[in-house]
Amino acid sequence: MSPMLMQGDEACAEGAIAAGCRFFAGYPITPATEVAEVMARRLPQVDGFFIQMEDEIASMAAIIGAAVGGAKSMTATSGPGLSLMQENIGYAAMAEIPCVVVDVQRLGPSTGRPTSPAQGDVMQAQWGTHGDHPIIALAPSSVKESFDLTVAAFNFAEKYRTPVILLMDEVIGHMREKVELPDYATVERVERAQTLVPPEWYKPYENYPVDVPPLIPFGEGYRYHITGLHHDERGYPTERADEVNLWLDRVFRKIRRGLSEILLYDADGIDAAETLVVAYGSTARSAHYAVELARKRGRRVGFLKLKTLWPFPEEVVDKAAERIHRVVVPEMNMGQMALEVERVVGRRKVRRVNRADGQLIKPDEILAAIEGMR
Amino acid sequence: MSTIHSESRIHERYLRHSKKFPNVWCAGCGIGIVLGAIIRAVDSLDLDKNDIAMISGIGCTGRMPVYVDFNTLHTTHGRALAFATGLKLARPGMKVLVVMGDGDALAIGGNHFIHAARRNIELTAIVVNNATYGMTGGQYSPTTPQGAHAATAPYGHIEPPFHISELAVAAGATFVARSTVYHVTELQKFIAHAIQKKGFSVVEAISYCHTTIGRMNRWGKAPDMMRRLKENSITVKQAEGKPEDELVGKIVRGVLTDRERPGYIDLYRQIIERAKAEAEAA
Ligand SMILES: Cc1ncc(C[n+]2csc(CCOP(=O)(O)OP(=O)(O)O)c2C)c(N)n1
Ligand code: SF4
Repeated sequence: MSPMLMQGDEACAEGAIAAGCRFFAGYPITPATEVAEVMARRLPQVDGFFIQMEDEIASMAAIIGAAVGGAKSMTATSGPGLSLMQENIGYAAMAEIPCVVVDVQRLGPSTGRPTSPAQGDVMQAQWGTHGDHPIIALAPSSVKESFDLTVAAFNFAEKYRTPVILLMDEVIGHMREKVELPDYATVERVERAQTLVPPEWYKPYENYPVDVPPLIPFGEGYRYHITGLHHDERGYPTERADEVNLWLDRVFRKIRRGLSEILLYDADGIDAAETLVVAYGSTARSAHYAVELARKRGRRVGFLKLKTLWPFPEEVVDKAAERIHRVVVPEMNMGQMALEVERVVGRRKVRRVNRADGQLIKPDEILAAIEGMR
Repeated sequence: MSTIHSESRIHERYLRHSKKFPNVWCAGCGIGIVLGAIIRAVDSLDLDKNDIAMISGIGCTGRMPVYVDFNTLHTTHGRALAFATGLKLARPGMKVLVVMGDGDALAIGGNHFIHAARRNIELTAIVVNNATYGMTGGQYSPTTPQGAHAATAPYGHIEPPFHISELAVAAGATFVARSTVYHVTELQKFIAHAIQKKGFSVVEAISYCHTTIGRMNRWGKAPDMMRRLKENSITVKQAEGKPEDELVGKIVRGVLTDRERPGYIDLYRQIIERAKAEAEAA
């Protein structure tokens, strides 16, 4: 397609259409509203359903319901809405329902500052719902990446039967850039897995031989049960610890075995580096600029831009930081991803650069950290 | 041709045999009676089980779907109608039955309840109204009568109750009917009608919870509470023209509304056509 000027929110919505999303339920909230507005216009053009629900709890519930019916589904919100969605995000994790939740982060807590950027929902994306569960969360740092990672989010959701959170931020959501989108017919899509077994043999939560048993949509002759209670292989509630453990092992295993394709990142100049910068989302743009400045001054700086935030790419970070003395982690929060980096590389190596006041982190601030001035 | 199956055949056809019985409900609970009415209603309509979904929230009533051989979805507390909305839009050909307790439907799920009625999406909501939170042990719910004692109203309940069916009518449901677990054939008939209705329909099944709030108020055992349903209820016709004070404490049974409104899915299909025409013209 010819180059177009578009916002990250629009690119996200287009990515969803290209990935095959045919159901969107949402509730307006700055800075994510544009995603819903584009979906309201675009979905009926492709025989899809758009519905504005009464709140975010209902939106999250509706996309799960639609996914159970076989539709690729998505919702989009910001921090306050993500908080409301958490119980049902946990449901999707428990019942293993593929769906995509877009969170265009804004400054919190609470209503905070609706139009100011932040990256304060990183921990919420993983730990916002109660109980142990894996999650996949992706963070774009450009308009084009908003498109690409939305497609990736849908594909991961289907392939791993899991909710996927797209952690955008206000800058990426509202920023306009010139992008060239691919012909949607050429976009790689993962479709809902089929089963070869007849209905009487079908087990929606089978533990072996595969890690991700296919989820057959309701209405196709496979009548089974889905619940948020711990359940056995057939989906029926269980109180047996051994059955709970089988589920727990499998849901962590399915993500672990997929790590090589789930963990998306860009790394550059790492081998020869003395200092490493780890960044994501819009902050990665300032960080990249700071890295270039530092290199011009003769410093050997490696740059690791994370696109997958959860599961946290432990081994990638560990390896990148192996021979490095200083790891700079800039982020628009009080140090959320830094906690993970510190866990992996040790606290002493890490220099945090934080802002949680609605201001972008400037390259100078990151440069100062690279140069050991802060 | 519609086939009416004998009672035993119905159980074989509609209950799940791979699921461990007995069920979670207390002996004598009315929820099982509602389940019976639902499967007999489905049976009388000769529907394909593959095309039926039963969705619930959380509570004693919420445990109903696991026992039936439909496509069953046990969701989160209060949210069944929102899940159902998504499923129905993804699978418009399916009959979607949503079973909820009174707390599930009207307290935590109250917002979804009125909006589902307003939107008029083709769903069948069946609310088992036992006037309490059965599963958590008899706390007061939005339908607990004023003055009753509940686990969280040890000195008596001071809030007035909701009238579920009247609320559903006001919010826009196209078919609303109320009956009790004593009047089970009537209940079954209303459910069958609701399932066939093209629009959002509500059947309120008045039940009881003898083990919690019933015990706290000395309302008697299950048979005593059944008797109260019989003696305390009058039909919509009988209630007509009666002054309001004569209806206090009475259960008014019958069809409260049966009307036509354009359904959401039909209207949305028009949107699809308009959107495609505009896209083509551009
Ligand atoms: C978000 C949430 N809050 C509270 C609960 C605890 N809880 C479980 S069932 C229930 C009430 C059930 O009452 P009702 O919906 O009337 O159904 P019944 O058990 O009487 O059939 C509550 C409060 C829960 N499961 N989830
Ligand atoms: S607690 Fe009450 S509502 Fe629940 S099963 Fe027992 S009698 Fe029925």
